[in-house]
Amino acid sequence: MDAILLQILNGLDKGSAYALIALGLTLIFGTLGVVNFAHGALFMIGAFCAVTLSRILTLSHQVVDETRKDFLGNPLQVDVPYVYDWFGEAGGSAIIDWAVPLSILFAIPIMLLIGIIMERGLIRHFYKRPHADQILVTFGLAIVLQEVIKYYYGANPIPTPAPAAFTGSFDFGAALGFDPNTIIYPYWRIIYFAFAALIIGAVFAFLQFTTYGMVVRAGMADRETVQLLGIDIDKRFTMMFGIAAAVAGLAGVMYTPINSPNYHMGMDFLVLSFVVVVVGGMGSLPGAVLAGFLLGILESFASMKEVLELLPGINQIIIYLVAIIILLTRPRGLMGRKGVMEE
Amino acid sequence: MSSSKLTRRGLIKTSAIAAGAGLALPTYLRADGHSGFTNAPTGDTVTLGFNVPQSGPYAEEGADELRAYELAVEHLNGGGDGGMMNTFSSKALQGNGIMGKKVEYVTGDTQTKSDAARASAKSMIEKDGAVMITGGSSSGVAVAVQALCQEAGVIFMAGLTHSNDTTGKDKKANGFRHFFNSYMSGAALAPILSANYGNDRKAYHLTADYNWGYTTEEAVRTSTEALGWETVAAVKTPLTQTDFSSYIAPVLQSGADVLVLNHYGGNMVNSLTNAVQFGLRDKQVNGKNFEIIVPLYSRLMAKGAGANVKGIFGSTNWHWSLQDEGSKAFVKSFGTKYGFPPSQAAHTCYVQALLYADAVERGGSFNPCAVGEALKDFQFDGMGNGPTLYRGEDHQCFKDVLVVKGKENPESEFDLLEIVEVTPAAQVTYDASIFGGDLGECNPGA
Repeated sequence: MDAILLQILNGLDKGSAYALIALGLTLIFGTLGVVNFAHGALFMIGAFCAVTLSRILTLSHQVVDETRKDFLGNPLQVDVPYVYDWFGEAGGSAIIDWAVPLSILFAIPIMLLIGIIMERGLIRHFYKRPHADQILVTFGLAIVLQEVIKYYYGANPIPTPAPAAFTGSFDFGAALGFDPNTIIYPYWRIIYFAFAALIIGAVFAFLQFTTYGMVVRAGMADRETVQLLGIDIDKRFTMMFGIAAAVAGLAGVMYTPINSPNYHMGMDFLVLSFVVVVVGGMGSLPGAVLAGFLLGILESFASMKEVLELLPGINQIIIYLVAIIILLTRPRGLMGRKGVMEE
Repeated sequence: MSSSKLTRRGLIKTSAIAAGAGLALPTYLRADGHSGFTNAPTGDTVTLGFNVPQSGPYAEEGADELRAYELAVEHLNGGGDGGMMNTFSSKALQGNGIMGKKVEYVTGDTQTKSDAARASAKSMIEKDGAVMITGGSSSGVAVAVQALCQEAGVIFMAGLTHSNDTTGKDKKANGFRHFFNSYMSGAALAPILSANYGNDRKAYHLTADYNWGYTTEEAVRTSTEALGWETVAAVKTPLTQTDFSSYIAPVLQSGADVLVLNHYGGNMVNSLTNAVQFGLRDKQVNGKNFEIIVPLYSRLMAKGAGANVKGIFGSTNWHWSLQDEGSKAFVKSFGTKYGFPPSQAAHTCYVQALLYADAVERGGSFNPCAVGEALKDFQFDGMGNGPTLYRGEDHQCFKDVLVVKGKENPESEFDLLEIVEVTPAAQVTYDASIFGGDLGECNPGA
């Protein structure tokens, strides 16, 4: 029982990342009809927003420490962050420590802007082109973006830790009456799951309970009729692209303490997120979220030692296997709508 | 009974195929491609091929390898301060190139993919006339390129490759490795683990699901089980895995009190980060502190894991903080030129370039068979790892191995590992026959 609970918990944070990326992909597909293979790159750029803010906050001047030597035997040049000068050492280090949460504020405008520029500057030229063209151009864009990041930040992962207050793990085992240490779960992953739930809830609330969201949903259902009513639906769809980019970016920001970001992290999530979208049902926002969590949890179960002993290698194919079974039994995915991608 | 008719169309078609086949034939297999051996240098220059990962996950290590090779070329041609040429026990190198020929080089991008690495090595041999190929940051790549060099009749001086197989079951007469291997890591680590963690431990292995992972797991298991440790589980993890939480979370449930991460590169960074996040190191199991071990450390990778490496044992081929004359000379040369200390990948590549050049000088020829003979059972010193033997039976270097620990209070971004033990070469030496394989005959390509 405790092993099952543990893998469900594990699946939740992985599923959160899948769900957030798949939600953005579905938003873009549902509004603009574009299959965006650059969406993983947006997740990666979000993570690098956190890296960038962290570097900005640690911008330093050097002070020579004559008592210590560097690797060449010269007096050591010690980096002193400017924030130490401005806020004192305690205040400065607290600001640096909270770089990742602060990056949320930093990333939102940047990701919105990147999304809007991407849509207006490139993707809108491909609306009327076949999906294959859209896939090619967005995949190419993803490669360009990751190479740009690699050029400026290098190929190695960059550690971007969570605030010290959130390091360590919570012992669910002890709390639930099992043996201590049997179900431990890092605080940051709990926060990640809660953050994902908040973002997903906010996007749904925005679409469901605001006039803006209502118009967007109307546009998704019947774009021409909405345009005939004199509404500039293109502008709203562009904004939705920006919001989808921001959702992916925020997923990336908050993911940085879980795994040190590197230029390739977007590609690692992209293919799986597309499987999530297809399993959830093309164009279905609840389907994307449901499939994200479902596949995340299944992936965790497939990684269990007992499962691997029974079915070696299942951890590498489980998501695709489930996708095949679901698509065979429910060709439109779990919550797919009739008519989407069927013409 | 069969008859053959030669028609005009048939003749043209046959000629075209024959001509095409002739063009497609690799240069090194054509009679005009060599003079006694593949790519014999004829002018006043000699070309070396540096095949390193310039893209992909190990691009940072590749960049450091390339810096080291450029420094080696500079030193071989008489530039700079001479670096390790001043401390190298052999004095055959004079700073006038190799056998009086100025050293030039071409580079290839392995992308850390065997097929791409073979293609770039092939191109450097066939198109650029490289007489030796060196570099790489993966055992899969090393084994693939080594086999190609054997076929092509050029020497392969391996870069960073740690699998036993490179000089074990996949060894080749034209291939030589300076870097240490999984067996040596296990042998060097065991006494330190015993001294620090005792002989009554339960180990849980997470192993990257490819050749290097298997040999490393086997080496560490063998050496720790000999201490009396019990291996409670060994789980293979996909090479493409980025989040290891589902593999790490069950570790405590297994009753293990040590986690061995047979991972390298991005896998190591992520699995170690995840293990620390899950608070494993804060736990007490079986009345003992839970411990994590990383058998193969790389400073460049340790940087990616940040503070998570603190206090964690592992092994490494070389470290810039060594205080022998060779290491100090290399660190000074490299650090002055580039502004930061070299990695172990840079060190092994620099040494390999110098060892090749020295072997050519001592063998009196660029012929790979003469170079191979000069390298076989060659004993040298002054290159950073103490007295070293290039064993003739398997073309593996035997030298001191470093056991390191993540530093608790680093003073700079380079100061991540501290040396806790320099394990003497004798303690990590093994019988060449235990890993099988056959060197075969040296191939000069003629």
